[in-house]
This record gives sequence, structure tokens and C-alpha cells, in this order.
Amino acid sequence: MKKVEAVIRHFKLEDVKNALSEQGITGMTITEVRGFGRQKGHTEMYRGTEYAVDFVPKVKLEVVVSTDNLKNVIDTVMRAAQTGQIGDGKIFVTDLADTIRIRTGETGEEAL
Amino acid sequence: MAVRSLFARCGLFFSVFLLVAFLASPSWAQVEGGRGLDASGLQKQVEKAHDTAESAALAGNNAWMLTCCALVLFMTAPGLALFYGGLVRKKNVLGVMMQCFFLMGLMTVLWALYGYSLAFSGADPWSSPPESFVDKDGNGQWSEGEPLTDDNKNGKWDAGVPNPAFNPYIGNLDNLFMQGVARTWDEEAHEPHTPMSDAIPSLTFMLFQGMFFIITPALICGAYAERMKFSTMVVFTILWGTLVYCPLAHWVWGGGILAFGGPYSVAGGALDFAGGTVVHISSGVSALVCALVLGRRLGWGHEDMRPHNLTYTVMGAAMLWVGWFGFNAGSELASDNLTSSAFATTHFAAAAGAIGWAFMEWLARGKPSVLGTASGAIAGLVCITPGAGFVNVMPALIMGAVAGIVCYFACGALKAAFKYDDSLDAFGIHGVGGTLGAILTGVFATRAAWDITENGTLLGLLEGGSVFWGQVVAAAITIGYCAVATFILLKILDVVMGLRVSQEGEVRGLDMNEHGEEGYIFV
Repeated sequence: MKKVEAVIRHFKLEDVKNALSEQGITGMTITEVRGFGRQKGHTEMYRGTEYAVDFVPKVKLEVVVSTDNLKNVIDTVMRAAQTGQIGDGKIFVTDLADTIRIRTGETGEEAL
Repeated sequence: MAVRSLFARCGLFFSVFLLVAFLASPSWAQVEGGRGLDASGLQKQVEKAHDTAESAALAGNNAWMLTCCALVLFMTAPGLALFYGGLVRKKNVLGVMMQCFFLMGLMTVLWALYGYSLAFSGADPWSSPPESFVDKDGNGQWSEGEPLTDDNKNGKWDAGVPNPAFNPYIGNLDNLFMQGVARTWDEEAHEPHTPMSDAIPSLTFMLFQGMFFIITPALICGAYAERMKFSTMVVFTILWGTLVYCPLAHWVWGGGILAFGGPYSVAGGALDFAGGTVVHISSGVSALVCALVLGRRLGWGHEDMRPHNLTYTVMGAAMLWVGWFGFNAGSELASDNLTSSAFATTHFAAAAGAIGWAFMEWLARGKPSVLGTASGAIAGLVCITPGAGFVNVMPALIMGAVAGIVCYFACGALKAAFKYDDSLDAFGIHGVGGTLGAILTGVFATRAAWDITENGTLLGLLEGGSVFWGQVVAAAITIGYCAVATFILLKILDVVMGLRVSQEGEVRGLDMNEHGEEGYIFV
């Protein structure tokens, strides 16, 4: 099992969610996050004073998938979240020890 | 204002008298079948009609003025509390709101105890005629002797004899603890007696002025926001209210050294309808001194200090706009024709200010900001405050627009050039806008709006009058006095109590550090 964490643009969330659903992904978790990479921050002006905003708001989407399905999921996220401009975000993949469904006690891929 | 109301009431009395005299005239009496009225009956009817008319006028004036009292209180909180609260970081939102709300309590108590007395008590600056001068002909002329005459027929002895007992710098303690203001029991009449201030009860006048005493120091909060120790803020405000506001109100509105046309006035005194000098220049200049003496916030220039909730700020600005009708139109202290004029100038200036600032931003950086538009409305309102009852409605549009544009530069370029941390732009809007308003009032004031001298004297530069220099001098005196007094107070308090919270406290935020609470807990 792998955990896929994708940091993406807000306005791409809907596309990514729909694309993943079409690929049979049945669950995901999202978090509002702020951060920066190559895109860096931007500046905002409030009543004549300029403020540097280093941490840009993004959405982090977490989805746990079977190892077999990993490549498909990554391709799907990339296709749906890409604009080609700096600031499209990143995908992080980690090994996952286990998953447990609390209601039934099922474990592993059964619980996905 | 006092003079005109008195005059208006005499007029009212006279018209009622004519009406009753007509009704009671012999020809009318014949129609009624010969039931003529004797002299004492007529007298009684006149008195009754007069009392009825007077109580009707009082009902109108007092209802409007009590509404204005509430409107001006509403400006401090929620108006200013939201306007300022939204502009700070979220760890300081309660700190700012507390400063506004606490001052509503604190300043009111001071006002009741001694503030009102220091600002407004004291005899008339003009001498009253000696007892031998009586109006024995009943024609409104004091007929015996010549030097003390009512030349302008306005109920004042203005032949140039100032009252030597009058102190032009500060009021006295005559109204301490609300003496002479609160209702008292009149043994002779065997009924409660209500002291009056012209068209309204003294209680209403005291309340209305008390609301100004609250909001003026609350405006200064914008300069020391996010870093001043609460305990020091309380002591500073008590001292500032006592030593800066009360004298200044006495100077301008109590017949003192800046009162228009007063016997002790410097350069003829200032036209200040609703507090351009007393409220806005004083608070704005003191705010700048606070920002300079306290120093910048920790992390200024590199930390993220964006306003945490501009929706509050916009709502707060809208509430200030509404409350300002009470502030400005209420400063007529009655409900009459001039009240409508002051209401309209206030509204027009706010509108033009909002548009002026927004268009400046649109031109300068391509987008009109919400904060800029809200700030522009406030700048317009500040600017029209001294002139609300003196300028006409179309110049109010110009004053508002100019204020929006000038304050845009004051809050942006000026602040950036001198690098002071006037956190919420108390100086940029109130100090600059207030001074601009005082000067522009000297340009646009017109006798057509208010013939304050009651003899048709020309006022503003534009109509060829001469009040302009009085405006400039009064603004300069106010700026100088407020700057020096605030500086001294802060320096003393710095030694005695310390002005700022600890660095750790500042990082933690005033909400937790000073009050042990958080503004936002979403459980």
C-alpha cells in the first residue's frame, strides 16, 4: 500500500477528485495548507503597505492506494492537476504499513 | 449654536403670540357672540400656547439628539472596534476591541465625575450686564447706559467686554458630579427641574459631548495597536482625556481661546462644527506621537502583518459612516434646517471620499481595493467634520474627494517615506484628514449654510471671507499642543510603568498576554 499526497491548486481540486473517482478511488482526505516551492510567494498591498506572502495557499489531497494501482493514480492526478505553469504543486509517495477500517476491523487493502 | 437657538425660540414665541392675539381680537370675539377675553385670560392663553409650542419643539429636538447620542456611541463599538479589529492580526483582535469597549466605560465615568465640567462649565465668556441694565422697555434692548449693548441683537453683550471671571483655557468645577446637569427638586414649583442647554436638556448635551470624549481617545488606539500595555493604555487615556481633550473642547466649544468670535480667541478662532480640531486633529497627531515614541511592532517590515479579517473592517467602516450622521448632523444640537445641511454634507463627503480613494488605487495599481474604498469613506467623513455645518453640499463632494486622494498618499507614500509604524493609520486618516478639513473649511465655509455671526459676515476664502487664517492658526495650535502634551505624557509613563508589553507577550499576542483570552476558538 502506498499513501499519495498531492499538493495542488485550489481550483484543480474538483477536477482531480472527479478524475480519481472515475478511476475507482472511493475515498480521500483534503487539507487546506500553505507553503512554497519554486513558485515562491507573492506580494499583497493593504492601504499602501506591501506585504510579502511567502506561504501560498494550496490544497493537500491524501489518498491511499494499492501498490498495483499507484502508477494509474499518479498519472490521473498529474493529468487533472496540471496547468503547465509554475505552482502546479507536487506529489509525494510513501510506503504505508497498514490500514484499518474502524467499523469492521478489516485491515490492509480490504479496508481501502 | 446657542445664540441662534435662543433667537429661534424668541421668534417662535412671537409668532405664537401673534396667532393668539389674532384669535382673541375683538372682531373674532364678536363672531364668537360677544364673549370677549379680558387681559389676564389672554395672557394665560398666550402662555399656554407658548408652553405647548415649546414642548413640541423640545420633543423634536430632544428625540433627534438622543438618537444622535446613541449613533455616536455606536461609532466606537461596534463601528471602530470592528474597523480596527479587522485590521490587526488575529492574535490581537480582542486587544483592540477591548481598548474600544473599555474606553466606552472608562471615559463615561470620567465624564460624569469631572470631564464634562472641565470641558464645558464656566460662565459665559461675555460679561453679563450689570443689574442696573434691564430690558425695561421690553423690546430686547438693554436701555440704560451705553457700553454694554446687544449690538447684534443676538442676546449677547458683544460690545467688547469679556467676562473677567471666565477662564479661556479650562472649564471650572461647577458641574462636578453632574451638578447643574442632573434634574433637581424645585421646592418652589414643587416639581423636578431640568437644566437646559439651549434647545435641549443639559443632560442630552452632556451625553452627546460625552460620546465624543469616548471616541476621540479610542481613535488613537490605531497607532499603538498590537504592542501597548493595557494598564499603561488606561492611565495614558485618563491623563490624555483630562489634560488634552477637556482643555481643547473648552478652547473650541466652551468659549475659550479657539472659539469662533469669542472674546479671548486667537486669530478670530476656528470654525469647528463637529470636531475637526477637537476630535480628529487631536487624536491623529497624538496617534503619530504614540507611534513614534512606542516604536514599531516587532517584525515590522518582514513579518506577515496583513489585516486578519477585512470583512470586519468593511462592516465597521459602514457603521462609522452611519454613526457619523449623529456625529456631524447632531452637532447642530437641535433638529432644524441646518441639521439637514450638515447631514447632506456628511453623506456627500463620505461618498466622494470612497470613490476618490478607490479611483486613485485603480489608477496607481490597477485594482481598487476594498480596504481603500472603506478608508476613503472614513477620510471623507473626517475631512467634512469641521465644515459639516459651514460648507454647502456641493463643496462637500470636493472636500470628500480631496480627502480620499490626500489620505491615500498619507497612508501609503508618506508612511513609507518616514517608516513610522502607525499600525492602523490613525494619523494618516484622522490627523491628515482632520487638518485638511480644517483648512478646506476655511476655503468653502459660507454664510449661506450657517450665518454664524447673524449679521451676514462672509466666511470662507471662496466667498471673500476671512476665517481662513483662524482655521490655520487653530489647527497649528491644536497640533502643537497635542504633540507636546502626548509626548510628555508618554515619556513619563514610559519611566513609571513602561509603554510596551514584553517581546514574548507581543509575539504571543495581546489577547492572551493582556486578557488571557483568545478571539477565535472553533470547537
